[in-house]
Amino acid sequence: MSERAQQLLEIADDELLLGWRNSEWTGIAPFLEEDVAFSSIAQNEIGHARALYELAGRDLGKTADELAFDRAPEEYRSAALVEPRFVPDWARTIARHYLYETADQIRIEALKASDDAEVAGLAAKIDREEVYHRMHAEMWLERLVGEPRVREALVELWPKALGVLGDDLRPLLRERLAALDLPEVEPVERGKHSGELAELWEKMTVVRRSVPGATW
Amino acid sequence: MTAESVWAALAEIPDPEIPTISLVDLGVVRDVAVEDDRVRVEFTPTFLGCPALEVMRDQMAESIRALGGEPDVQVILDDSWSTDRITPAGREKLRRSGFAPPAPREAAPPQLVQLQTAAFKCPYCGSTETRLENIFGPTPCRSIRYCAGCRQPFEQFKTI
Repeated sequence: MSERAQQLLEIADDELLLGWRNSEWTGIAPFLEEDVAFSSIAQNEIGHARALYELAGRDLGKTADELAFDRAPEEYRSAALVEPRFVPDWARTIARHYLYETADQIRIEALKASDDAEVAGLAAKIDREEVYHRMHAEMWLERLVGEPRVREALVELWPKALGVLGDDLRPLLRERLAALDLPEVEPVERGKHSGELAELWEKMTVVRRSVPGATW
Repeated sequence: MTAESVWAALAEIPDPEIPTISLVDLGVVRDVAVEDDRVRVEFTPTFLGCPALEVMRDQMAESIRALGGEPDVQVILDDSWSTDRITPAGREKLRRSGFAPPAPREAAPPQLVQLQTAAFKCPYCGSTETRLENIFGPTPCRSIRYCAGCRQPFEQFKTI
């Protein structure tokens, strides 16, 4: 697999799984505005995943759906940060949201500067939408950063957040989050999956596996 | 069949979610090229997660077939669509249907403090005494604001 396809798949897998996790708040978020916000963010992330899979799929001779749903769980290249189910824990949800959006911004900025016009163009398009996710994440972190449960969640998820980025971009994440005074830790590398991915995969692919090749 | 006749046909297709505005008003048609019967349309999506995108693509293909053409609708996955591509006529149609059109895009991306100012105009009464209720709304492209002038919530298009 080309380096470009690999990189696109990593980001697409992150966006698909986190989009799914965010959508688990639909209907049961702490209040109506957050039902709407997390549902909308989920929809955007899954839209980004589809576009990234489409671009990767042009190189790999596959459709977006085939890449999203026809791989085995161990073939996903997702980061450990996006895999766990956090409902009904709002503190960890906000901590992950903030850490992911901050790391994702660094990754998107790097892609926007890419020599590959297709990758740079899609990254710039995705970034237009991500601006609103970041606003939302920053607003929530500002409100809750003094809460012990949120602090605990930030420390717990920090090694996984570092694992969203490659080695080269991690110093930038440490720098941007310096004010949070997070500990020096070893990153959890991408591709090391928890049991929660397998569980999510079961649910996520059930329709496609039950009626292979169905269209609607 | 000419590029002009295809543009005219596409201008008749309503947006699947906001039918007062057409796909051409929305700015999602980047280019039309006609070669004999083959019609190539460059379609530049709005929000990537918008469920209306597939409907738009199918409707464009159908409308080209109705003209006797063979459609080739190419989805362009680059950065060519922004809310600045919505035409002046499109913006006015949005406003008349109760959707506040998006503010023009500035060099820097939008900031939360900007959205929290009262500078956004109510599409019903024109008052600028409005406040942000939620960055997100019923679809990815909209936020929710509240007008203190006419005490009416309204949907504000996000600037992207």
